[in-house]
Amino acid sequence: MTVAWQPTASIETLRRRADIIGRIRTFFAERNVLEVETPILSHATVTDLHIQSIEAPFKERGATQEEICYLQTSPEYAMKRLLAAGAGSIFQITKSFRQGDIGRLHNPEFSLLEWYRPGFDHHALMDELDELLQVVLEVSPATRRSATQVYQDYVGLNPHTATTEELKICAEQRMSWLPDIPYEKNTYLDLLFTHFIEPYLGQEAPFLLYDFPISQAALAKIRLDNPPVASRFEMYFKGVELANGFHELQDATEQRKRFEKELIYRKKNSMSLVPLDERFLAALEYGIPDCAGVAVGIDRLIMLALGDKDIASIMSFSFSGA
Amino acid sequence: MAVYTTNEIRGGMKIIVDNDPCVILDNEFVKPGKGQAFNRIKYRNLKTGRVVERTYKSGESLEAADVVEVEAQYLYNDGTHYHFMVQDTFEQFVMTDTEVGEAKQWIKEQAICMLMLWNGMPLGVTPPNFVVLKIVETDPGVRGDTSGGGGKPAKLETGAVVRVPLFVQQDEFIKVDTRTGVYVARAKE
Repeated sequence: MTVAWQPTASIETLRRRADIIGRIRTFFAERNVLEVETPILSHATVTDLHIQSIEAPFKERGATQEEICYLQTSPEYAMKRLLAAGAGSIFQITKSFRQGDIGRLHNPEFSLLEWYRPGFDHHALMDELDELLQVVLEVSPATRRSATQVYQDYVGLNPHTATTEELKICAEQRMSWLPDIPYEKNTYLDLLFTHFIEPYLGQEAPFLLYDFPISQAALAKIRLDNPPVASRFEMYFKGVELANGFHELQDATEQRKRFEKELIYRKKNSMSLVPLDERFLAALEYGIPDCAGVAVGIDRLIMLALGDKDIASIMSFSFSGA
Repeated sequence: MAVYTTNEIRGGMKIIVDNDPCVILDNEFVKPGKGQAFNRIKYRNLKTGRVVERTYKSGESLEAADVVEVEAQYLYNDGTHYHFMVQDTFEQFVMTDTEVGEAKQWIKEQAICMLMLWNGMPLGVTPPNFVVLKIVETDPGVRGDTSGGGGKPAKLETGAVVRVPLFVQQDEFIKVDTRTGVYVARAKE
């Protein structure tokens, strides 16, 4: 029997990949942003309802019991602890892991570029992300639109004020058949967004979408506008989600509330229960600077830069051949 | 009832949607970084030929269709229906003109075909990859042309029309690739 041992990507592709990663490092070095490394294996993990962690049992030699640890789904919590400790502007290129996610644009193990800028709000960070893409991908300046404008343009409703029922009716008008998803505002927003908006975003130049519905705030600050909005943004290029960023929530009490709400949902829906990251919450309580942060999927970025359609084609060994 | 979950679905699998057998063409995993995971599944209805795309929540189940392929010999056409027989079991199947579809332009009596059966009922027929058929009508070729360049239409005994080299004449037998409808070579009967 022959076993396929060859890399998924060609060596020439790996050279071009290394070149792009090199240019990213130069970009941050020129701006005096400190490169850091944080743990991939940790004692706690995210509670996000749609992000599942890969468990990694650790057992010290001689110990009788093992501890369930987690491969990190992003370096966010550890990097914010560095911010609390006074690290200033920091960036990291690291492997992250997500349980269950595999497909043309998903590999269970992937590379994230994540950086934080004290003193920036989400618009200042979008400016910097835009510059990075112009330098690294040699693309035109990004288009920037609010979620209000984008949902209005593509599906004719307001994502902040629309009810679950209105979102469902909107989906029913556009789809002959609806998937069996929970009757919740966010799942219907996701359905409409992935089918009728996302594929069309950023066809010419990168597209920055900002000010999300508060139900999708994640770790973003909420601004009390009318209606209130989450200071969150995402970046799309050629219909592919490339980045997610926040004007970061600094309020530890509010953060704990959001985590606990997710844990209650997880319990109610028999999803895996994970330990809250108390070290992260303690760092927030101590205080992190007013800052913005963003995570960029660099496998997808490199895929688009090289004109490929599948992230496996730019990885040395994708999961199926790992 | 056999089922597949969305993660098991691959191209070529047969499922039942709205009581009709369908073949999977594509299955794409779609998930926002912080949102609900979906599978966009594209399939062709094996009865109507229509291609449809539906979105499922990742992890949903789809009913598997009991679709099998068997080798059968084409016996004859009685004027309205096509009759086939599985040679090992002598089991016979009757198909309408619509069910036989494109295949009818390639098959003549005794041809060994593949029948697609759903719960024992024929859904479609695939002709052999290569068939040898007689040319019943074509213009006389240009004398001396042996290169095969150019070509001309030729009508075959089953009704199909294929392009053949100029040197090939009426009443000759030719070998044709039924997947592409392309002339392969001259042949003996």
